[in-house]
Amino acid sequence: MKGLSRRDFLKLCAGSAAAVSLSELLLPHLLEAAPASGNPPALWIQGASCTGCSVSLLDSEQPAIATILTDVISLKFHPNISGASGYLATKVINDTAAAGGFYLVVEGSVPTGANGMYCTVGETENGQTITFVDRLADLGSKAAAVLAVGTCASFGGIPAATYGGNPTTHGGPTGCMGVLEFFKQKGITTPVINVPGCPPHPDWMVGSLAHVLLYKTLPPMDQYNRPTMFYGRILHDNCQRRQYFDNSQFAKMFSEPYCLLELGCKGPFAACDSYKRQWNGVSSCILANGPCYACTDMNFPDGSSPIYQRYPDVKLPDIDASADAVGVTLGAAVVLGMAAHLVGNAVNGRLGHKEE
Amino acid sequence: MATKVVVDPITRIEGHLSIECDVDGGKVIDARTTGTLFRGWELILQGHDPRDAQDYVQRICSVCPVTHGAAAAFALDDAFGLTGQIPENGRIVRNLILGANLLHSHILHFYHLAALDYVTAPNLPPLVPQYAGDYRLPAAVNAAAVQHYLQALEIRKLAHTMLAVWGGRIPGQRGIVPGGSPANVDTEKIVQSKFLLAQVTDFIDNVYIPDVLAVAGAYKDWAAIGVGCKNLMTYGGFPMDNNGWNGKRFYSNGVYINGQAGALDPTQIGEDVQYSWYKDGIPKGPYQSVITPEPYKTAGYTWLKSPRYDGNVVEVGPLAKLWINNNATLKSILPGEAAFSVIGRHAARAVDCSNVAHAMADWLMQLTPGGPTCVPNEVPQHAEGMGINDAERGALGHWIVIDNWKIQIYNAIVPTTWNASPRDDNGQPGPMEQALVGTPVADVNNPIELVRVVRSFDPCLACAIHLITPDRKVRKFRVY
Repeated sequence: MKGLSRRDFLKLCAGSAAAVSLSELLLPHLLEAAPASGNPPALWIQGASCTGCSVSLLDSEQPAIATILTDVISLKFHPNISGASGYLATKVINDTAAAGGFYLVVEGSVPTGANGMYCTVGETENGQTITFVDRLADLGSKAAAVLAVGTCASFGGIPAATYGGNPTTHGGPTGCMGVLEFFKQKGITTPVINVPGCPPHPDWMVGSLAHVLLYKTLPPMDQYNRPTMFYGRILHDNCQRRQYFDNSQFAKMFSEPYCLLELGCKGPFAACDSYKRQWNGVSSCILANGPCYACTDMNFPDGSSPIYQRYPDVKLPDIDASADAVGVTLGAAVVLGMAAHLVGNAVNGRLGHKEE
Repeated sequence: MATKVVVDPITRIEGHLSIECDVDGGKVIDARTTGTLFRGWELILQGHDPRDAQDYVQRICSVCPVTHGAAAAFALDDAFGLTGQIPENGRIVRNLILGANLLHSHILHFYHLAALDYVTAPNLPPLVPQYAGDYRLPAAVNAAAVQHYLQALEIRKLAHTMLAVWGGRIPGQRGIVPGGSPANVDTEKIVQSKFLLAQVTDFIDNVYIPDVLAVAGAYKDWAAIGVGCKNLMTYGGFPMDNNGWNGKRFYSNGVYINGQAGALDPTQIGEDVQYSWYKDGIPKGPYQSVITPEPYKTAGYTWLKSPRYDGNVVEVGPLAKLWINNNATLKSILPGEAAFSVIGRHAARAVDCSNVAHAMADWLMQLTPGGPTCVPNEVPQHAEGMGINDAERGALGHWIVIDNWKIQIYNAIVPTTWNASPRDDNGQPGPMEQALVGTPVADVNNPIELVRVVRSFDPCLACAIHLITPDRKVRKFRVY
C-alpha cells in the first residue's frame, strides 16, 4: 500500500472532523489497493438486531456506500439488500463460506437461550432449521476476520439487558451476548473488531473495515476490542459544552445551552468522538440537546439507565476502565486528571449533589 | 396433491419471519406466517424509569425507530398528564421528524426492498442472484429503474439529513421526548429543512410516483392479487392539535369492517396467543398483557401474537390509512376495490409519501423561531398511558403501566404483528395469511409471486415461506 501509511491512516480516522466524510477520504486509497484477484468477499448477517447499524451505514456521506460495497469489497449477502430469498440466499452464504477468505460482518446480539431457537435464519437443504448461533459459529470459524457492528454484536446491547430490576438477568430474556463472548465459549479464535454504538457512526464501520482491507491487520484496539482511532477519547473531555461544565452551568431544561449532566448525560464515561464527528452530516446527540447515553459502552444499556437521571455519582471504576481504553491515545494522566476534576466538582458541590 | 415449498429466509424486509402455505392447482389455498425472532422487549422494559422507554423502543426496529419513539412519547404524555400542554413548536417538530422518516422509509421500501421483485437486477452481488420470473418492464424502463435505485439511496439519505437537523441523528434520534421536543427552533434549521425537503419532494413526485405507475401498468393483474381480508384499521397520524389520540390529525383514525367505515375504539383491541410461542391464558387487553415465552409450545408456530379489533382480522398500513381517509388520488389510480391488492399497497405508500412531503413544507412555515418546544415533566408514582399513531407500516400502539415510578407493564403492538399475525383463538388467519391465499404460483422453484405479496405489506421482519400439503403430508420442494 503505497498511497497512505498506516500511521497516516490512523491519524486520518481519528482526526477527520465535522462534515468531512471519512469514506470520501478513504475511497481512493481503497480503490488503489483493490487486489487484481478481485474484491474480497464479505457476508453480512443479522441476529437479534433492529437493522439500525445497516441503516446508519446507508446514511454515510458521499461517496455513496454503494461504491464501497461494490467496488471495494464484494458483498455477497446482506439480509436487507440481497436479491435472493430462501435457499437461493442460503446457498450464496454457503458457497461464499466454502471458498474461504471472506470477511464477516455481524449485526445484532447473539441469542443463545433455548438452543438458539429465539432466532432462526433459514433452512438447510434437508429442511432443518438453521439457528443464528449455528450460522455464526459456522461462518465465524471460517471467516478471515469478523466486524461486530453495533453494541449488540459487540457486547450484547439492549437484547442482553437485565430486566425486571433483577441484576442477575444479564443476557436478557433470550440469553443474548456479543460475538466475542460467544466465540470464547465456542473456542473460535477468529479475530473480532468491535464497532459499538447504537447505532455506530458510519465512519466507524467504514474506517474499521478499511484498515483491515488496506493493511491486512487489525487496527489498534482497546481492551474491549474497540479501535482506538474512534473510541480512544472520552466525549465529556472534548464536549462542545465543556466550558459550561467547567463553569458549573448545568441545563435544567433541554432547551438550555449548558452542560447536560443534570439531565442525565453519560458523556463522562462515553468513549465516543461525536464531539467532532457529525451524524448524518449535520448534527449529534449533544448538538440536538440530547444527553449522551454512552451507547458505545460495554455496559450499555444497563450502565446508562435511567437515561434521563443524573448519574448518581461520578463512578471512578468506570473512568479507570476508560483510562485503560484511552491510554494509547491520550495517556492516562489526562484521564486521571479528568477524574480528579470530576471528583473536585462533586466535592465542591458544583455537580448539584454531594455524593462523596 | 398439494405441494410444500420452503423459502427461508425471505430477504429485503426488516427482521425475521416465516410463512407456511398450502398450494394446490397452482394457487395458494392456505398460509401461515411465522415470526422467527424473539427478543422480549416488554420484559426488558419492566422495572425501568418510564422515560427510558422512548429511547429503548426505538431499537425495536431501526427502519421505523421514530414512530416507536413517538408512540412511547405519546404514551408518556398521556401517563404524565402532558397531552394538552405540548407547545406548538414541539408538536410540529415531532411531526417533522415523523414525516422525514416516513419519506425515507417509503422510498427505501419501494426501491431497495420491493423493486427487485419487478426489476431485472444488474449482474452485481448481492442484487443477484434473484428468482427467475415474469419481469415485464420494457428494457428502457428497467434500465431507468436501476438508475433510480441508486438515486433513491441518496434521496432517502437527504430525508434522514433533514431528520437529523431536528433530532440530532438517525437511527437513534433524540428529538422526541415526553412534553414535546428538546430541539431548539431557529431559522437556519427551517431553511436547511426546506432545501432538503424540496429535493426529496421533487424525487417523489417526478420519479417515485411515475415508477410506481409504470410497475402498475406492466403488472395490471397484480391489482387483483394479494387482496387480503379487506378489513382495515388506522390510528391516523400527525397530530394537528393537543387533544391526544382522538384529536385532529393530518390523517384521521378509523376502521373499515365488512365494507362499513366506523370510528376507532381502542378498547376493542385485544391479543390472542393460542398459536404463538407464549404461555396460554394471557389477559387480552393491551394494558394487561404479560407474556411468558414457550419456544416449544406444540400449537404455536410464531413469535407474533394475534391482535384483533373487536374480534376482527384487520389489515394496517398506508392502504388502510388512505382508504379510511377517502384519499381521492388512490381511488382515481385504482378505482373500485382494486386498491385491495399488491399494487394497491405500493400505490398507497407512494401517494402517502407525496401527501406528507407537501404537508411538511407547510408545517415548517408554522414554526416559531425561538419559541418553546417542550414542557417539563415528572414521573408519577402510578399511571397508565396509551400512545397510538400510524407508523410507516401501519397502526402502532404502545401501552404503559407505571407503578412506584417504574415501568410495571409495557406493551407494543406493532404494524407487522397485525399484518403477519397467526390464526387467532377463533381460527381466523391473519391479514398476510389471507392475502397469500389465491396467489398463483407459476413455478414452485421460483415462487416470486409469494414474495411479491409478502413484501407489498412492507413487513418489518425477515421471512421464510413454507408451503405444505393440506393433509400435512410434507412433500418439500427445495427452492432455488
